[in-house]
Amino acid sequence: MKQLGIVGQSVKRSDGIGHVTGQTEYVDDVFYPGMLWLKMVRSPVSRGRIRRVDTSRAERLPGVTAVVTAKDVPNNWYTILCLIGIEPNDEPVLADEEVMYEGEPICAVVAETEDIAREAASLVKLEIDEQEPVLDVEYALTADAPAIKKWGNNTFMYDGMNHRRLRFGDVDRGFEEADHIVEGTYQMTPIEHVPMETHVCVVKPEPNGRLTIHSNTQALYFTMDNTAIILKVPSNRLRLVGGTVGGGFGGKVDVITEPVTSIAAMKTGRPVKWRWTREEEFRRSSVRGACKMEYRDGVMKDGRIVARKVRSIHDAGAYHRHSPYGVQKNMANLPGPYSIPNVWVDCYCVYTNRQPSSAMRGFAVTEATFAVEVQMDKIASVIGMDPWEIRMVNAYRNGHMRPVRKVVEDATLLETLKAAAQLVGHELPARVRDMHSDDYAGVAEPVQP
Amino acid sequence: MATQLATHIVTFQLNGRPHAVTVAPLTTLRTALREDLHLHATKAGCGQGGCGSCTVLLDNELVLSCLVPVTLVDGRSVTTLEGIGGPGRLHPLQEAFHDHFAAQCGYCTAGMIMAAKWLLDRNPNPTRAEIQMALAGNLCRCTGYVPIIEAIEDAARRMSKGVKR
Repeated sequence: MKQLGIVGQSVKRSDGIGHVTGQTEYVDDVFYPGMLWLKMVRSPVSRGRIRRVDTSRAERLPGVTAVVTAKDVPNNWYTILCLIGIEPNDEPVLADEEVMYEGEPICAVVAETEDIAREAASLVKLEIDEQEPVLDVEYALTADAPAIKKWGNNTFMYDGMNHRRLRFGDVDRGFEEADHIVEGTYQMTPIEHVPMETHVCVVKPEPNGRLTIHSNTQALYFTMDNTAIILKVPSNRLRLVGGTVGGGFGGKVDVITEPVTSIAAMKTGRPVKWRWTREEEFRRSSVRGACKMEYRDGVMKDGRIVARKVRSIHDAGAYHRHSPYGVQKNMANLPGPYSIPNVWVDCYCVYTNRQPSSAMRGFAVTEATFAVEVQMDKIASVIGMDPWEIRMVNAYRNGHMRPVRKVVEDATLLETLKAAAQLVGHELPARVRDMHSDDYAGVAEPVQP
Repeated sequence: MATQLATHIVTFQLNGRPHAVTVAPLTTLRTALREDLHLHATKAGCGQGGCGSCTVLLDNELVLSCLVPVTLVDGRSVTTLEGIGGPGRLHPLQEAFHDHFAAQCGYCTAGMIMAAKWLLDRNPNPTRAEIQMALAGNLCRCTGYVPIIEAIEDAARRMSKGVKR
């Protein structure tokens, strides 16, 4: 048999020498002769109608070469997940009629130096009629709340419904036969990724009509497709250069710098750099959305969960970004890795006048796992059972149908729990000690293919 | 009006050689290094002294180069990551960081190594607590602090065995 050379070996990083010597080139290390600098004018209010954007003083400042407004963006309304069928386009690249969150981009100024660009941005005069913002997800769901989305409510619409549903078995019957009802509400605050490297983009117009786009996006092709759509150009006009990201954690998958920087480069015919300040990174980039999950479980004396009903509310902030997809993942994971015969889940992707939320490590699965595992501990405590035992009694086995109608293959939960118990020196109760993923004693039989 | 400030000529030793930059008076050392002299190892993480990614040595003392006006380094000596070693001639700290996978995204690495160099220059055999204290001003958001600390411990061992510095 051929000897494998890599598996089991510790292989040095191909970019390691570059990192430890400072020779790795990040986007902010890219400089071109004659390069211009871009700064963004952002909304000072959480919600309002734009009456006037006066850029005349900024344009008169010596050293200012261009101002970019919504009128300069060929397809101003976009949504990045249009690539997987999410609609409608709900976000402007640059706000035109209204602003939906504090810090929303309104217009960009481009100048010979970053200092001049910063000064010019401060000279843009905004006249905005401020409106009452919707800042609370529960309030956003009430009839009293103003509808902030153009389609007339404050939620993403899943197949015509204002929430994503999961229905499996009959939860009411499950609650009736249960010995205990255990309830718990779990919440997570928004979390900012805080990569050490802020968002940076450099765009250079090439003599052949193409744009070379240096981006620290985590999703290069995704960025190329969306930028091409927004600029209304074929994607072969764009040459994306990426691959080196100074920390992302999901925070650099929004297509948030490339279109405006590209338009500035096209408008001036010169290379343009836009780099975000730390404050912009903290307060303006997408965050992990706040999430609230309410559990109601029906549990038997022997630890079996016979019904689970969950309501989950996710704060998307002002726009889709990746949230409709994240909420779907949240929905699929709220039952946990457990075989529960009766499951009911309602998940709401709610819009508010807050900083948009988007992807972050685990992406709404982390939220679900946090909630479901704290809930499992709570059940164990309520019925007086070892917290390992409650998980093993309910762990899904190979062949079990998950509520999302996927049959479990390659289940490893029981094996992992047994190995973890051994590592931490926890003696498992005799009843579960020998359980394994093809053992159906006391649990549902596998689904026949 | 965009202010056209008077410029200053600043001369200083940079990584052992004399350099001069012509800058506006409030230009930071970090901006002069990165944007005038195009030494890009020193990173701009926050611009407000909060993250440590722009850490360099000024007369062998640790400074955050984003907070130092470059006019203040006139006649003094600055050392950046480029000055302690490069590809093919790695400093033991750079070797150890590479061997211990102590750089993930790499953006904090220059600052981490410079802080570690400052420590080992003064204390060739530091305790783990002393290493942690020396890195207190440097953030790593990939949260790879343990391999960074282990790399510094290993570098200290390598250097005490007489590996050329």
